[in-house]
Amino acid sequence: MMRLENKVALITGGTSGIGEAVAEMFAREGAKVAITGRNESRGHAVMARILKAGGKTIFLRTDVRKAAECQRAVDETQRSFGRLDILFNNAGVFFPQTALECSEEEWDLQIDINLKGTFLMSKYALGPMIAQGGGVIINNSSGWGIVGGDKAVAYCASKGGVVLLTKAMAVDHGRQGIRVNCICPGDVDTPMLPEDARMRGLDWKTYLAGCENRPLGRIGTVDEIAKAVLFLASDDSSFMTGAALVVDGGGTAD
Amino acid sequence: MPLSGRVTEKVALITGAASGIGRATALLFAREGAAVALADLNIDGGQRVVDQITKSGGRAFFEGIDVTRGADCQRLVERAIREFGRIDILFNNAGIIRRATVLELSEDDWDRVMAVNVKSIYLLSREVIPHMRKAGGGTIINTASGWGLTGGARAAVYCASKGAVVLLTKAMAIDHGPQKIRVNCICPGDTDTGMLREEAQQLGEENSRFLAEAAKRPLGRVGTPEEIAQAALYLASDVSSFVTGTALVVDGGGLAGSV
Repeated sequence: MMRLENKVALITGGTSGIGEAVAEMFAREGAKVAITGRNESRGHAVMARILKAGGKTIFLRTDVRKAAECQRAVDETQRSFGRLDILFNNAGVFFPQTALECSEEEWDLQIDINLKGTFLMSKYALGPMIAQGGGVIINNSSGWGIVGGDKAVAYCASKGGVVLLTKAMAVDHGRQGIRVNCICPGDVDTPMLPEDARMRGLDWKTYLAGCENRPLGRIGTVDEIAKAVLFLASDDSSFMTGAALVVDGGGTAD
Repeated sequence: MPLSGRVTEKVALITGAASGIGRATALLFAREGAAVALADLNIDGGQRVVDQITKSGGRAFFEGIDVTRGADCQRLVERAIREFGRIDILFNNAGIIRRATVLELSEDDWDRVMAVNVKSIYLLSREVIPHMRKAGGGTIINTASGWGLTGGARAAVYCASKGAVVLLTKAMAIDHGPQKIRVNCICPGDTDTGMLREEAQQLGEENSRFLAEAAKRPLGRVGTPEEIAQAALYLASDVSSFVTGTALVVDGGGLAGSV
């Protein structure tokens, strides 16, 4: 049984990592998926794979920092697929920096993509969702939206903002049939991880050993995070809103 | 039984299974392919759940036990192993409530609530974990509450017990993660169960007024036992394979903030 039959989902940052895995899983579960990203060639590659597997998808080159582009992504999704049921705000960037090391431009970039992008996409997606009587928004926060981490000031600030933006929107739009939740992944096998190791000047083995130091003794897979997003997107979570679903192998349990 | 169920071929042990969330979870897990070992003090109710499951082709048994007694817990686990050969999922769901401030609460009521809501988790986990470890893993789900994360009026011992459940969950997740045992809890908001009506009675409030108050949350309604059961299924099945030590809030937005 497919769990998202006849649903339309819009996924930001859908060209790699968690967003890519969610796009493919949602398509397998019967949803029509619009994916956004800034990298056109990666976007077309993901789109081609979904189409080849028999799914329905479009790629929309979008910079979530720009209101007009967010509005266009929502409009194009509706024009192509007729409605919008699920928004996964996933686009995110990360630079490992203390407050002393983080430039103002780097601060703005992380806050604007991770947090303001979530606001802008939600702002334009809520209209059609409310008009059709309901919808689901899932935001990608982080374990570092709940506890602090070393050299991650802007990232922690943005992800903490995402957790509380999630709760505030859940309060505002619950009565309109909109559920708003976020996931808080721990370290996951995405391109962001080796990139972080490189920027921190750590060799991969040392870095990975640090990531694996959690109760389950390993990092997560993108599919494991996608399954949490699927749970929140589907009717199985019909009484959940305003929640932060932690998927981190126990990393924040202690 | 469905071959493609989400907990096919798994064995689940569920306490507080005669009614409410426990009953809904037993029915859902059985529908999703699990064999279920059920426990409750309420023998008639428990037997009825078993009958319903076996009539639709599922595998289930019921044991009338008091989860606050170590010997009872041992008996339940031994029977599950004897009849089903293994235990993959433990759902520590049995719970009671006393709506009272510390001034109103008797010592006996304090002890009873703590024993049913908290000590039972320790007693059963102690029996089940060795079997899970031998089998190479397992998953434990505890029923905490929204009131395990924030306080509530005239609910002192209930809050204390559910707060303990949340942190016991995290501590056990740390201890048993290396043995591939995942431990999580659910924090339901007000759910349409017998316990909710009993609360109204304990507070001397009219049922309809109490329920209207309980519905005051972003989704504008109380939850159904089936909706909480779906959360338990998520945590019990392999789709949550990277989830441990968490408190899954399922409360219609009750804790998200004031409406």
